[in-house]
Amino acid sequence: MDFSVLLSDIPTLLAVIIGVPLVLVAYIVGGEFLIRRLPDKNRPQVRPWLWVGPALVLVTGFLLLPAIATVIQSFESNAGAFVGLQNYGNQLADFPSGGAWTAIRNNIIIWLIFYTLFVLAFGLVLAVLFDRVRYETVVKSLIFMPMAISSVALGVIWKFMYSYQPPGEPQTGTMNAVVTFFHHDPVAWLQDQWPNGWGVLNNLALVGAATWGITGFAMVILSAALKGIPGELLEAARVDGAGELTVFRRVIFPLMMPTIVVVGTTLVIFALKAFDVVYVMTNGNYGTDVLAFRMYNYLYLSHNYAAASAVAVILLVAVVPVLIFNLRQFRAVEARR
Amino acid sequence: MSVATATRQESLAATWSPQWIIQRFQRALLHVAVVGLTLVWIVPTVGLLVSSFRPAFRIITTGWWTAFSPPFDFTMQNYSDMLDQSNLGQALFNSFMVSIPSTVIPVTVAAFAAYAFAWMKFPLRDWIFLGFVGLLAVPLQLTFVPVLTFFVQHGIVPDNLTNLGLPPWVGLWLAHAGYGLPFSTYLLANFFRGLPSDLFESAEIDGAGTLTVFFRIILPLSVPALASLVIFQFLWVWNDLLVALIYVGGAPEVGPLTVNLAGLTNSLGQGFNLLTAAAFFSMIVPLIVFLSLQRYFVRGILAGSVKG
Repeated sequence: MDFSVLLSDIPTLLAVIIGVPLVLVAYIVGGEFLIRRLPDKNRPQVRPWLWVGPALVLVTGFLLLPAIATVIQSFESNAGAFVGLQNYGNQLADFPSGGAWTAIRNNIIIWLIFYTLFVLAFGLVLAVLFDRVRYETVVKSLIFMPMAISSVALGVIWKFMYSYQPPGEPQTGTMNAVVTFFHHDPVAWLQDQWPNGWGVLNNLALVGAATWGITGFAMVILSAALKGIPGELLEAARVDGAGELTVFRRVIFPLMMPTIVVVGTTLVIFALKAFDVVYVMTNGNYGTDVLAFRMYNYLYLSHNYAAASAVAVILLVAVVPVLIFNLRQFRAVEARR
Repeated sequence: MSVATATRQESLAATWSPQWIIQRFQRALLHVAVVGLTLVWIVPTVGLLVSSFRPAFRIITTGWWTAFSPPFDFTMQNYSDMLDQSNLGQALFNSFMVSIPSTVIPVTVAAFAAYAFAWMKFPLRDWIFLGFVGLLAVPLQLTFVPVLTFFVQHGIVPDNLTNLGLPPWVGLWLAHAGYGLPFSTYLLANFFRGLPSDLFESAEIDGAGTLTVFFRIILPLSVPALASLVIFQFLWVWNDLLVALIYVGGAPEVGPLTVNLAGLTNSLGQGFNLLTAAAFFSMIVPLIVFLSLQRYFVRGILAGSVKG
């Protein structure tokens, strides 16, 4: 391995490290300088746009406009002719096993519910437990480690964890080694669509791998929120004779609620967008298809943009209830202020 | 619970009194739970680590735990094969050049926007904010074709940028910034909203301007949230393969580490044994970032900032 490039290019690296933040700070300081030149009554009207402006431009360019193009595309054929709801009709035909229904079932029922619940529960439990021990830094880093692994490597690790050999053969997968240790037949975790082809088992196996990878994320944010609760408040509750469970239920949990909503919302959206684990581990086979993977296949394998757009819009629509819930939350916070 | 509180509580109970025994038992249970959960959690990583020191044929035929029984067949081959590649140094450099601005830009821009969403009044504010959250759900794959078309039409491609004397990654930085902004803004706005309003009011009464409030009050108080955001954005960008491949391509002069490592596993066919070593190699930098920022997650950053 040749590190000379690293050394010779250090000036470039430094220029970027200093230059980029400098441009950003110059923008906001310069902007404020100009706003102060404005008449008093115009300032409050102009100022917010200075602050949200760069974010609006970037998000509009990279996400909003492509999203609008997708919605338009979803009502057109690949040749560009308006076809109404036909693309959706193709996706939603043949309930319950045809079209996109398997992907919808996996996304909305298995991924959305279990992934979100598992990650939130683990993240919260770990954050609260770790907060009470002196070696918090060590255990937190260990739980966080999977976050630093790329999604492809994560898929490979869990393929090994779940790998299956016929009964009687020595097992190479950790999960089956444990299962056979307890004298149970080895389980084909990724193929077994238990019960009755409903695909709960193998989809949960995928959810498990994804949960392992992302729990560090929930734990770190929830832990940061936990640290934000003033220590005096907790002590006061304890001095008043509240037990640890009561302190958690009545003080910690309500104060962390806004953060739990943020993490929960993000996880719901991650669950709907689940892609990497499915792509690497099962390639959507054995009834483990998900919407993002289905869309990817239309886009890059069959070049069927119309169908891909319809699938993406179904995914976007699934987020609407989450948005309504969030809107209520802001309103509630706003009302309390 | 801080350590100090815990010790004080314990010392309140006399040694060997029933209360003392219960407290001791609870502490022991806590440690068992913490250590037990952590051990279970690291099993897959340990398996990967052990596998990375095993020859390829053994990885496929036997479980990783058998490495600890004879014939103790360990090797550094996976690591040396991976490190032997010609342009790993360049790829590592490119990864830094991609990841640092792609973290700094969205976090800073999101902090500006989050301040406006949390503490300024403007028309359609809540709806724009909801729009940001909604855009979290846009699958990135959908945006590649339109954005790339725009980039090519306007010369935001590596070759052209280099000719202009700019870093070839500018388009990629902006793309990562755009993709990272919804989450960053959402997280920070909620955090800023939670800061006590008395703080700003008292600062404004003292004559502080918008910039002073932002740089001197909001940012220092938001250090834990900013630190966690920096960690995540950095990790996502560092481990990203798809977005980098789309916007800068796989050329060795511009490709980050992930592109390099993906090429390695493909070109040699068997792949996964090198991937085990590569996974650990590419984990080093993110873990350093995490460990160095972790000390900012401290309790009581708000303590004493508002009286009454």
